[in-house]
Amino acid sequence: MAKQLNIFVENRPGRLKAISENLFKSGIDIRAFTIQDRGDYGLLKLIVNNPEKAYLALADLGCACALREILAISVPDKPGNFHKLTTALGDNNINVIDAYGFVLQPHNQGVCCLEIENLEQSNAAEVIEKAGFTLLEDEQLYNL
Amino acid sequence: MEVNFWNKEVETADRADLEKIQLEKLRETVSWAIRSPFYKRKLSRLGINCAEQIKSLDDLQRIPLATKDDLRQNFPRGLMAVEPQEIVRMHSSSGTTGIPTVIYLTQDDINNWTELVSRCIVATGAGREDIFQNMMGYGLFTGGLGLHYGAERVGMMVIPIGGGNTKKQIQMMKDFQTTVVHATPSYLLHIHSVLAESGVSVKDLAIKKAYVGAEPHSENIRLKIEELYGIDAYNSYGLSEMNGPGVAFECVYKASMHIWEDAYIVEIIDPQTGERLEDGQQGELVLTNLIRRAMPLMRYRTRDLAFLIPDKCQCGRTHRRLSRIMGRTDDMLIINGVNVFPSQIEEVVMKIPEVGTNYLIQVEKSGALDKLTVKVEIYSKMFLGEASQLEKLRAKIKEELRASIMINPVVELHEPGFLPVSQGKAKRVVDERPKL
Repeated sequence: MAKQLNIFVENRPGRLKAISENLFKSGIDIRAFTIQDRGDYGLLKLIVNNPEKAYLALADLGCACALREILAISVPDKPGNFHKLTTALGDNNINVIDAYGFVLQPHNQGVCCLEIENLEQSNAAEVIEKAGFTLLEDEQLYNL
Repeated sequence: MEVNFWNKEVETADRADLEKIQLEKLRETVSWAIRSPFYKRKLSRLGINCAEQIKSLDDLQRIPLATKDDLRQNFPRGLMAVEPQEIVRMHSSSGTTGIPTVIYLTQDDINNWTELVSRCIVATGAGREDIFQNMMGYGLFTGGLGLHYGAERVGMMVIPIGGGNTKKQIQMMKDFQTTVVHATPSYLLHIHSVLAESGVSVKDLAIKKAYVGAEPHSENIRLKIEELYGIDAYNSYGLSEMNGPGVAFECVYKASMHIWEDAYIVEIIDPQTGERLEDGQQGELVLTNLIRRAMPLMRYRTRDLAFLIPDKCQCGRTHRRLSRIMGRTDDMLIINGVNVFPSQIEEVVMKIPEVGTNYLIQVEKSGALDKLTVKVEIYSKMFLGEASQLEKLRAKIKEELRASIMINPVVELHEPGFLPVSQGKAKRVVDERPKL
């Protein structure tokens, strides 16, 4: 399953710089990122070419970060597909904690990254595949 | 100015008579005290085993100073000097390291305390025609109940509303035409700032007097309260170890607080050497409680810094006056009238596994009230990468602090390494409130 790096970041100037600087110095290539804003802090969420290496680079600095398993779904870039995906999840009572998406090739392929509540216990992967979508394996995702 | 007395004979007794009362009560107190395990141990070591060995007030110096630590180490009953069935009340304040300090009172002790509070109230010119709204906390804290009983004895109508709930306070002040209030100075300023949005103006109120205490404040704050409400504000001093409010209070002349010397022997000492200081010299206030049989406490170091004013007051009372509290000899913080030790906060946050090794306590003004912020670092190894985990952690720290220090703090979560490190003399408390 795909791994995402979640990093606790205080909401003040310079914090993102400190993190990106260390990722850059460690030769980490960022595929996608988003920030979940929580007011006085946020969670920076990264898809990178080498999640373990990125984790160790930041943990060595004392950063509060964690690798989280997520579902990365290849979604054909066509109107209605996101709705199709959310319908499948909703109908099966699967809760999404956080989500973001990006287009990889316009009018061809998009990727949707989902953090699922109780992922290990849920049948989310099965539901998504049944709905006709492809889950990206970790290497596929890191090497986009 | 009209001067009223509750107990004129005692309140205006000359020095020789006061000292006679003090010696008699001190001997009585020693005879009670040796029934408690704590004093039995302490005094027998000094060869004091009966009241007759106290021959003059100078013999008070033979009795060792007592501290909050003594109360903690003898928790819960080491200072109790009567049979448990004689106790009718206990009060408690949160301790510096988790062990609370407890005081016990018999029915007589409560009566004695109530008499002193009645004296204080009458000394300010208030009486049975007044409507008294008691905005101090009831319960374990002595501030609310102490004034409550005194006000009833004087014959005022008491509104026992307690602290907080500002809109309701204002409504009641208006509906019942409250004439006297008891509150912390910052709370009175806060209430005033909320009057307009409650659709009430000072003109709608009947307030004439305020009793202010439980937190240090400057003369300017008193004047501001007086000006905002068009009232007289009287300073009050007390601490639960000496029963609570009623230890010292201002009279109608508002020229520092008369300390009731027939009930307390007052000393000012050098906090470093323990040496007794002259009237007028600032030092640590040390008090001997002469009116509590359930739990005698002698030469108690209050940690409050103050000085005594020996000159005769225009009101005719002979009891010396106590200056306002100029500071503390320890690191105790007073936050909206509640006493908080940084060590209490440390104990709570350091036992939570998701918290790292560093924390910072910040106190600042938010409007008229004090705001406490506790900043902690996340312990990186316990971080699971979820926002919900962090919010649960924040709620847990808040709840445990509230249970320990009776204050709702703001809790801030920080990255590891943001706060000053624990080695050496890290500054853990930042008090940004304006100095008095």
